[in-house]
Amino acid sequence: MTNSWTDIKNTDLVVIMGGNAAEAHPCGFKWVTEAKANRGARLIVVDPRFTRSASVADVYAPIRQGSDIAFLLGVMNYCIQNDKVQWDYVKAFTNAAYIVKDGFAYKDGLFTGYDETKRDYDKSSWDYVIGDDGYATVDDTLTHPRCVWNLLKAHVSVYTPETVERICGTPKEKFLKVAEMISECSTPTKTMTSMYALGWTQHSKGSQNIRSMAMLQLILGNIGVRGGGMNALRGHSNIQGLTDVGLMSNLLPGYMTLPTEKEVDFDSYMSTRGFKPLRPNQMSYWQNYKKFFVSFLKAMWGPAATPENHFAYDWLPKLDVPSYDVLRAFELMNQGKMTGYICQGFNPLLAAPNRTKLTASLSKLKFLVTMDPLDTETSRFWENHGEFNDVDPSQIQTEVFQLPSTCFAEDEGSLTNSGRWLQWHWPGGTPPGEAKTDNWIMAQIYVRLRDLYRKEGGAFPDPIVNLDWSYGDPGEPTAEELAKEINGRAYATVYDPSDPTKVVAEAGKLVPSFAALRDDGSTSSGCWIYAGCFNENGNNMARRDTSDPDETGAYSKWAFSWPVNRRILYNRASADLKGKAWDPSRKLIEWDGQKWSGYDVPDIAPTAKPSDVGPFIMNPEGVSRLFVRGMMRDGPFPAHYEPFESPVTNFVAPNVRGNPAARVFAGDFAQFAEPASQEFPYAATSYRLTEHFHYWTKHVWVNAVLQPEFFVEISEELAKERGIVKGGWVRVWSKRGSIKAKAVVTKRIKPLICDGKPVHVVGIPLHWGFTGAAKKGFGPNSLTPFVGDANIETPEYKAFLVNIEPIAGPVA
Amino acid sequence: MNMELSRRQFLAATGAGFAGTALGAFGFGEVETAHAEAIRAFKLVNTTETRNTCPYCSVACGIIMYSKGDLRKGEQAEIIHIEGDSDHPTNRGTLCPKGSALLNFVKAETRLKYPMVRRPGSDKFERIGWEEALDRIARLMKDDRDGNFVQKNNDGVTVNRWTTTGFLAASATTNETAFVTYKVVRSAGMLVFDNQARV
Repeated sequence: MTNSWTDIKNTDLVVIMGGNAAEAHPCGFKWVTEAKANRGARLIVVDPRFTRSASVADVYAPIRQGSDIAFLLGVMNYCIQNDKVQWDYVKAFTNAAYIVKDGFAYKDGLFTGYDETKRDYDKSSWDYVIGDDGYATVDDTLTHPRCVWNLLKAHVSVYTPETVERICGTPKEKFLKVAEMISECSTPTKTMTSMYALGWTQHSKGSQNIRSMAMLQLILGNIGVRGGGMNALRGHSNIQGLTDVGLMSNLLPGYMTLPTEKEVDFDSYMSTRGFKPLRPNQMSYWQNYKKFFVSFLKAMWGPAATPENHFAYDWLPKLDVPSYDVLRAFELMNQGKMTGYICQGFNPLLAAPNRTKLTASLSKLKFLVTMDPLDTETSRFWENHGEFNDVDPSQIQTEVFQLPSTCFAEDEGSLTNSGRWLQWHWPGGTPPGEAKTDNWIMAQIYVRLRDLYRKEGGAFPDPIVNLDWSYGDPGEPTAEELAKEINGRAYATVYDPSDPTKVVAEAGKLVPSFAALRDDGSTSSGCWIYAGCFNENGNNMARRDTSDPDETGAYSKWAFSWPVNRRILYNRASADLKGKAWDPSRKLIEWDGQKWSGYDVPDIAPTAKPSDVGPFIMNPEGVSRLFVRGMMRDGPFPAHYEPFESPVTNFVAPNVRGNPAARVFAGDFAQFAEPASQEFPYAATSYRLTEHFHYWTKHVWVNAVLQPEFFVEISEELAKERGIVKGGWVRVWSKRGSIKAKAVVTKRIKPLICDGKPVHVVGIPLHWGFTGAAKKGFGPNSLTPFVGDANIETPEYKAFLVNIEPIAGPVA
Repeated sequence: MNMELSRRQFLAATGAGFAGTALGAFGFGEVETAHAEAIRAFKLVNTTETRNTCPYCSVACGIIMYSKGDLRKGEQAEIIHIEGDSDHPTNRGTLCPKGSALLNFVKAETRLKYPMVRRPGSDKFERIGWEEALDRIARLMKDDRDGNFVQKNNDGVTVNRWTTTGFLAASATTNETAFVTYKVVRSAGMLVFDNQARV
């Protein structure tokens, strides 16, 4: 989230699209209720199902899953055509005025540079015209035909209300109502918040779904303001933190990236980072990259990371492919190219797509280790559970270790919520049996591995035996020790570069914030964006001061919000070019002629003049990007692509199937149903129920009683068409698998009319498996396709094709 | 900071004291004693309170856990009740249908208690000691790493990567666990590394 849960109360309009906060995030949704009750805010819900969020909405608009980009570009087109644009914001704070290279174009669903064999683009034309002064060329009048604004205007013009209706199945008058309500937020004194979740991410173009809304929010001037923003409702309690700390194939902590094998040394790695400003006076904060990178390497290897060995740059593994994400991991397993897999609190047998492929893949491993508080399906993938896990154990040679870990109630440390608050928690109970903390398990594995390398030698032991492991008890680092390591410390006294007499951090002390980090090896920090979380003031994540001056919803003394306790990202954009709040009633920070101050930690240098320095300090432009250059794999603008399995062909680009830049492994393409398939005519989607949390709460007796049994949800019309009765048994199958379920026949789902043809939606909740207290059941991943988003490989769970038929139920 | 004074203990002590005094002054002393004896003692009075946050979704509602026994004193502690933390700015004491049943998550029958191993081809889990399990895992990892570690690619560039064993991190472990995990995984050269952010 750019903002926080408690900030939602400041909004005028809530748009829930790609999520269902009332059911999946109920206690966060209360802030929507608060805004409705106290500010007269309105709520729009756009969803294929009439959810509980929809049931309290002012306007509900149905949409076919996988068509969100067409809808959002349609709203953008409406705003542009009707002059509903916050012009001062767009001109000053976006790249609308930047001139784009002549070669760039979009035609028939493809941008310039597409290579079909590689399913990838040559992106060299997706860029600005750079002038002789080294800066991007701009036209502040927005009249240049090649400026971003005019290219965008032309790009979205195809998405008329009629086109939106044909693609999305949203009745034109509903769409126009939504567009009109959203467009009203283009005034500086009205704002809208976007609340979305996996309904947007779990698509082969998930990143562009989100980007579409972010662009709309920029056109309306809603980023950086109270009650505005792009608010991702993260699914799990610390998904934000695990991503911040960089636990992904291609990441380093703090959104730095792991080197590729093309970056053969430290200097070549740094040459493509630490971006120089693209416009005069801009901060381009990533110019400090080297400080954060070196400090990270010092946190890893301490005294062994020296200027002489380039701070152990060579010890980081180098990538040969864009990422080894979970889909590639299972693909490699399935090809027999992997030996071992370790799952820490993750149940991929139910969470990754195409379960048949997953079981086959795990069966080819030599060993599998699971660490979990619960008895997961993954740890028992080799065990026969009849039709719910139909395997022959004697044919599976994988050695499996099931390690019991503690749960939240027995563990200490911080979790980062959706609003970027790091909140500390304490253990209150004794772990059951021999269950151990994850810290203990990881340390015990590490110490054994290190000792084996010390004793026996082996393949390049240096990075392992030199890892900085100076904990009080090497067998179990404490949460506090690790939090301090994440924060970072000074090895030598650090001085202020503008005033060498001023000490920023004393030798041996924890750094106050990332401003104290240096690139000469004198500081360390495990995750630079978390610096300040545990400094010489103590554990700031444990703060519990509920004061909130003028009730802005900031709660600045509660816990710690990254970065530097900032509660609203890009908050400089809440003020105009003179530094005054766009909306005086929603003041956030303002310029007093000398400096920035207000309710939040300014997201700008405190003395940066408002007329000179742009608010988007992480971008070398200093402004936000309506046109994203070559930074996304599938295009500098979003474009409508159908899901890989779609009930219709792509109406605006009939020759393009799926997202043309999404990675598809050879064997998987053959397992996709044809567009508008006769064999698989129904559009399926997956979702959560409010009584359950993923695959955890089926282990909880109360929740297993509340929702005991797997079902699928279909409309009355589809039930009639297929002869299915309420509560009757059905078989649902895709090109990859088949499941049995009870049918819930409901008015909550209605057929959509897309391009003149009815599209039936089949809803499949995701909470059942073969362990726990609930009845054994199936999940959507038995059916879903093995393909991910073009940019970040989130699997396409939300839109796929199935068939359905009534069957006789099991004999009781 | 989180547990030093039990709010309920404080309320119980001061509230009961006040009521006793007031009733005594009105001459109802014996009635009050009889009445007090007839009421079952409030079951949370002698518990230890611990602040925590809900482990499910990312709203991160504040919760209070009540335990018999105090971990900080080195005692065995059994959690007997969990409720919303009314001081927490986001949830202000409320919990959803999942968070309300957290106690049953902590005490679920399918919580794992002992390390188990399933041997190749076997149809069952067997108990294994921690030491033996961890020794075996470290050995399997080292043998695979020694056999498949790539120090240089075909162009002679130092790449120091290990792609035949992978690590899948979770979604609800702490940031501190995340960082110690990061250190162990990356120092070994692992690239097959992901978390649940994608799903």
